[in-house]
Formats: sequence, C-alpha cells, structure tokens
Amino acid sequence: MIRPESLLCPKPQGLYCAPGDFFIDPVSPVTRAVITHGHADHARAGHGTVIATPETLAIMAERYGQDFAGSAQPLAYGQSIVRDGVEVSLVPAGHVLGSAQAVVRWKGLTMVVSGDYKRRRDPTCPAFEPVPCDVFISEATFGLPVFRHPDDGHEIARLLRSVAQFPERSHIVGAYALGKAQRVIRLLREAGWDRPIYVHGALERLNRLYEAHGIDLGSLEPATSATKQDFAGAIVIAPPSALADRWSRRFPDPVAAFASGWMQVRARARQRGVELPLVISDHADWDELTATVDEIRPGELWITHGREEALARWAELHGIKARALALVGYDDEAED
Amino acid sequence: MRAFAELLDRLSLTGSRNAKLTLVRDYLAQTPDPDRGWALAALTGDLSFNAAKPAFIRKAVEERMDPTLFRWSYDYVGDLAETVALVWPSRPGANREPELSEVVDALRGASRTEVQRLIEAWLDSLETTGRWALLKLMTGGLRVGVSSRLAKQAAADLGGVQVAEVEEVWHALHPPYEDLFAWLEGRSDRPSANSPGRFRPVMLAQALDEAVDFGKLDPADYAAEWKWDGIRVQAVNEGGLRRLYTRNGDDISRTFPDVLEALEFDGAIDGELLVMRGAVLASFADLQQRLNRKSVDAKLLKNFPAAIRAYDLLSEAGEDTRVLPFAERRVRLEAFVGRLKTSRIDLSPMQPFKTWADLAALRGEPPPGEAQIAEGLMLKRWDSIYEAGRPKGPWFKWKRDPFLIDAVLMYAQRGHGKRSSFYSDYTFGVWTEGEDGARALTPVGKAYFGFTDEELKQIDKFVRDNTVDRYGPVRAVRTDIHHGLVFEVAFEGLQRSTRHKSGVAMRFPRISRIRWDKPSGEADELRSLERMLEQMEGR
Repeated sequence: MIRPESLLCPKPQGLYCAPGDFFIDPVSPVTRAVITHGHADHARAGHGTVIATPETLAIMAERYGQDFAGSAQPLAYGQSIVRDGVEVSLVPAGHVLGSAQAVVRWKGLTMVVSGDYKRRRDPTCPAFEPVPCDVFISEATFGLPVFRHPDDGHEIARLLRSVAQFPERSHIVGAYALGKAQRVIRLLREAGWDRPIYVHGALERLNRLYEAHGIDLGSLEPATSATKQDFAGAIVIAPPSALADRWSRRFPDPVAAFASGWMQVRARARQRGVELPLVISDHADWDELTATVDEIRPGELWITHGREEALARWAELHGIKARALALVGYDDEAED
Repeated sequence: MRAFAELLDRLSLTGSRNAKLTLVRDYLAQTPDPDRGWALAALTGDLSFNAAKPAFIRKAVEERMDPTLFRWSYDYVGDLAETVALVWPSRPGANREPELSEVVDALRGASRTEVQRLIEAWLDSLETTGRWALLKLMTGGLRVGVSSRLAKQAAADLGGVQVAEVEEVWHALHPPYEDLFAWLEGRSDRPSANSPGRFRPVMLAQALDEAVDFGKLDPADYAAEWKWDGIRVQAVNEGGLRRLYTRNGDDISRTFPDVLEALEFDGAIDGELLVMRGAVLASFADLQQRLNRKSVDAKLLKNFPAAIRAYDLLSEAGEDTRVLPFAERRVRLEAFVGRLKTSRIDLSPMQPFKTWADLAALRGEPPPGEAQIAEGLMLKRWDSIYEAGRPKGPWFKWKRDPFLIDAVLMYAQRGHGKRSSFYSDYTFGVWTEGEDGARALTPVGKAYFGFTDEELKQIDKFVRDNTVDRYGPVRAVRTDIHHGLVFEVAFEGLQRSTRHKSGVAMRFPRISRIRWDKPSGEADELRSLERMLEQMEGR
C-alpha cells in the first residue's frame, strides 16, 4: 500500500498533490489549484489554472473579475478528470453554493478533502455526500463539544418572534456575504416572511448570482431606499462588520442580530454587542463532525484547520487514527 | 421552562431598559400561572436555590463524557453553567421538558440526593438554553441585568398600574403571586397590603428649577432640611418583625445587623442610611464599604458603624401616619425619635428660613460641620401628605452646585444598543508632570452622558478623525498641548482612590459643556483636583 503522504501532503501554501502537481485551496498563487468553494480564504485570485465547480468559478469571477486566474477548468459534481494517473472529482459538501469535497484517487488509494462542510439541509446548495475513503481530510472549525447548533428553523422563529415583539425597531441580521446571507433569506421565505427584505449594498452582487442559479430570494430592496420610519419592523441583512458601523444609524433603534455558529457562546455575542444571536452556521457542528467521521470510518482522519486537537482526541478515543495538519491561512472567524 | 429560558437568554444580552420591560411584560402576559409567578420571583430575587454545587454538576458531566474534552470546552467557554448546558450529552429516552413550576415544586420537597437525580433528568430533557437557565436557577443568582424594581415595573405595566401600587402590596405577597396577577388582570380586587414589616413605597422629590419654581412658591409653605449623602432607607419594626429596605423595596436587613438591632420601636420611619462614628458623620465613601455585601464581619461593623438619620414617620403603633400633613408628621417624628434610647437613630434637623434668599445663602455656604458634606437641601411642603412616587410640587430637592473642571478627552469607547455605532463613553484626563518632567495627561474619570444627540455626532466625528490607536472597541484620541478636545466636566464629589493612577475618583461625573474653543493646554491640572479634595477633607 502506498503511503497517503505520497499522494497529498501539507505545504506552507496548502495541501499539495505531488503526482498530479496541484494544490487544494492554496493560500498563495500556484500553477494549478483545485478550489473547494468560493469563500475568500479558500479561493484566492492569481493562480495559473483553477479547477472548481462551475458555481465556484462564477463566484470567483464575480468577486475577483473575469481574469481571476490564467485559465478556469469547470468540473461539475460527479465528473472527473485524470492527469498523470491522478483522478480528481468533486462531490457536494453542503457548505455554500458550488461547495465541493475534492476526491483524489491514485493507484487504488482514495483521499477526500472535505473543504468546509455541513450535514444539515441548506435550501441554497446540494447536501454533503459521504464518500468511502482511506483518508478523510476534514475541517474542524467547530471542533469542540460546546458547538452544537440548534435547528435553523428554531433560530429563524426566534428572529420572527422578536420582530413581532418589537414592531417599532428594525432587525439587522449580520450574515456573511457568500452563502449565509442567501441561506438566511431563503429560510425566512420558507418560514413565511414575504415582505421585502432590505439588503446592504455589499450583498447585492452575490444575491443576484444566487438568483441566476435558480435560488429564489423573493423581494429584495436596497437598505437605502426607505426613510428611517419605513424601516420600523423591517428585517435587514448586512455583512457582520456593518452592525457596529455608522451605516446602521439609518435604522430606528436596531436590534443587532448575527447569524453565526460562534453565537453559540454567550461571551462572543456580548463581545460584539449582539442583542439577538442566531446560531446558524454553514459549518458542521461537533455532532455533525463526529457523526461524519463515524459514518465514513476512514482508515485515517486528517484535520486541516479549526480546533483540531479535540476532534483528533475524539477520533483516537473511537479507534480512528487521527492527525492534525494545522494548516494556516484559513480564517474560520471571518467565514462564519 | 422553555419560555422562561428564552426570556433569560434575551434579557442577558439586552441593554435597553425599555426593551427589558417589553420582554418581561410580554412573558408575564403570555405565560400561565403558576409558572409566571415563579419566574417573577426568580427575577426579583425572591426565589433562589442552592440545590446544586458546581462540583456536583462538574462530576455529573464528567461521568458522561471524556474529562479532557470537557476541560478543553470549559477553558474555551469560561463559564461552568454555560459549558455544561452546551456539552451535556443527553441520554436517549428523556422525559418531556419540565415546566418551571414542576422544577420549583420538586426542589422544595426533595432530599439532597433526590435533587441530584432530578437535575440530571431535567438536563436530559431540556435543550441548551433550557439547561443553561436551569443551572442558573439551581446555583443561585440569575445575573441577567434585571433589578427587582424593573421586574415589578414590568408587572405594573401588565396591569396598567403604578409601580408604587405593586410595591405597596409586594411584601404581603408570596410566590407564585396568583393573587397579584388576578388583580393586575382585573379579575379581583387589589390584594391587601396589611402585612406587618412590609415596605411602603417611597415618596421622592422633584429637582428644583430655581428660575421657575421660586417665582411660584411661597417660602412660608415649605420646610427645609439637609439632603444627607447616604442611601435612602425605610426602617420598620412591626410586631417584632424588623426590616430595613432600600427605596426600591429591596430588603437589606441582613447586611445591617447593627441598624436592625437599634430598631427598638413600633412603627416605620423614612431616613438616610449613613456611617456614623459616635456622633461624627462619615462620607459616602465609608458607607460604600457596607453596601452590596452578602455577609458582614465584626471588623466591618466596628470600622464602619451604620446609623439612620430620620426624615419622616410613616407608621406608629399600627396607625398609618402617611395621610397626615408633613407638619404633623414632623412633630410626631420628633417625639418618636426622642423616646429612643439608641444613638444609632437621630433626627435630620430642620433648617429655619424666611426668604428664598436666606435659603440660597445657606446652600451656597453651609455652616462648618456635617452640613459641609450634605448633597444639598430638601424642601417639603408643610401640608404635604406622604405620597408614593415623585409627585410634582410637594417636595423639591435642591442639590449643591456641582464641582467643575476642564479635562481633555483621552479615550473613547463604543456605546451599547442605540449608541453601538457611536463612540459615546469618554475617558478624560487632566495635566500632570510625567516621569520625564514634561506635562502629560493622566485619566481622572469617565462619562457617557450630559451631551445632546447632535453633540454626540460631533464628538463621534472628532474621535474618528483624531484616532491615534485602537484597542478593541476603544480608540485613543490625539492629545497634546496644542491639540485635543476639552470637556467641562461636572461632578458631585471627589474621593481618594488607589485604583486610579491619578489617585482621585469622581462621583457622578458628566459632560456639562464641550469646549471646542479651549486649547487643550489650558485644561485643568491634577493639582487643582487635589486642592479640591483637601478642601473637602478639611471641612
């Protein structure tokens, strides 16, 4: 049997596949890159060739311009490409639109790089598909037993209850521009909120891109269109940084909400001045991480980033060999 | 339990008083008896358990999960109740969630070992927020930023009544307060307030507006006395039941055994709680040593002996004297206090005067002695009955003019709630000699009110335009002899402080004027504050 390290090994730029000569989610420009999803810390501009799902390529073009890489090679879910005997295919990861796990096969060895993922339903992207493998390379952003995300329907219901309880105030929901914002909007629509949702300018382009991919976000209006009193009772979606920004002054006595897995911990909410924390995450929580490892039962578990030591300990306690790669450059704080 | 847990969860992150009132009022309106009554008792501090010690909870969780993973989790979260609520590994087949009243009932009747089993079963059946609320309740002290007064205000709002009416009956009621809610919802009459040792809602004064009020008021109608600088209290002994209450009706009897012992009478008096060594009145700083303590020891009682200076008589031998005019109550009070054998209760002396000018002179230049540390004067209409709340007209407070200094803005911090996008909390400093001998600013206080919304916008802009450093939510502002923003800061008093580098601490500092015109180099020196302090102490 071949050692897995000869297929994929950690380098300062990211995971490197020597026999296929490519990196996965490199943090600095390289000749060939496989990109799992469009978040800025995984998808950077300036690579030679980028291999990713068509959705991820569209997101990168939207964010960085058409010339974000020397060339772009779309690889739809389920398709594969082979080079120098290394086969690469992309499988849904359930994280955001276009997000994929990279499945790398070579000489009978299968390694799966999860990228960022979650296991629960997301109305804006296809669900994570477990792939049997020799080595599963997982993220561990929420790799501590304290992170156990409640049902997102419950969190949306809390938001709507608060809107009903404080009809004279507006509710600003801080949500990351790619993925979280659109998922929160979709969840609100599913919960029956059919009034216009006001959105911060920084979200508009990605909202349009999601809509172009068939995700109906309903009636959206720029958060500049109304006068202060018109925002009473309104739901506004904005990037998290806008919550404490001068931008928020246009709203009447706003309730600061924040949709993030970090909101599970009260001190985090307090620190950011969040009045209504919504625990809605695009990452797997502790139960999802451990259930996924248990379901796949890989020969070895490698952990790329996040709280690696706790997940590694859990795996060892459950008889799975685990190794923390401690890859740097993945900014789990900003992404969720 | 779920509704109660969500209420605590929201309250713990809500800053605005109005929003808190809405949250509590809506909860009380939507939750059936007896749950809402137990919740109200928990919020007012009338219900707390010591059912579970942190050590037991920790042991219970470590029996269910890897202790190392638990330790890492605890290290990350930092709060035991919250960590356990988050990580608790529920066993399958849990029972339905308990109602708050079931929890309360079970705890009252259970033995210590039964309690531990019950807690584990409840933790199994609750979700995260419910577990967190349960553990807060079990380990005593909710600490969600709600005072008992605010909780009572929310109950009063529910019934559309004045909070004084709730306070009047409060100490005659017992959780879960079904009779209170029946009255608030118009299903029955107001419960009787006739319970010995109860609290009577306090009468408060309006601030005097010299320019307007003196023109309308006849000095012959008013009595004057000093406004002593302690905390307002009500001392009761009825049928042997002794109580000491704050002006909000919080029972502080346990913290002041020395005062309680002195209540050798039958009735209720209104007065100021002060520290008095023999006949010598001490400053508010000394009284602070006695406030907010759970227990008191002999040393504290000896070094900071508390006493009451009586203002008013509310009840005597079962007779409600609040309906009598102040002139009559005062005569009765003098006789009442005169009969006491203790030195721990004395009278607040009246200050005779003929004209408003006489009174202004007295306020401007208090005679030597303890009047020097009074907060100002109180005016009370001779014919005023003792009325709960803050009625307009019968009583006025006329505080001494505040002290003023010019200080330079050094740091600004983001506010909360409505002000979260503004730098609205200001640390200001005065000039002193730095280590290198050059003039340098040293912080002397912090203020976050005293300016208009328009001024706040201007200061916020100044802070953003003149930032030289950032530490999280705090910005350091450019300051040197030629550059900086000067505030005229008003404050009520000064104390020595070992916690502040400058060695002084202010009472009630606020921004009285923004001196856009004043060069920062002309702001005050630390020396002028030290001189003020010496003057105050020399009095």
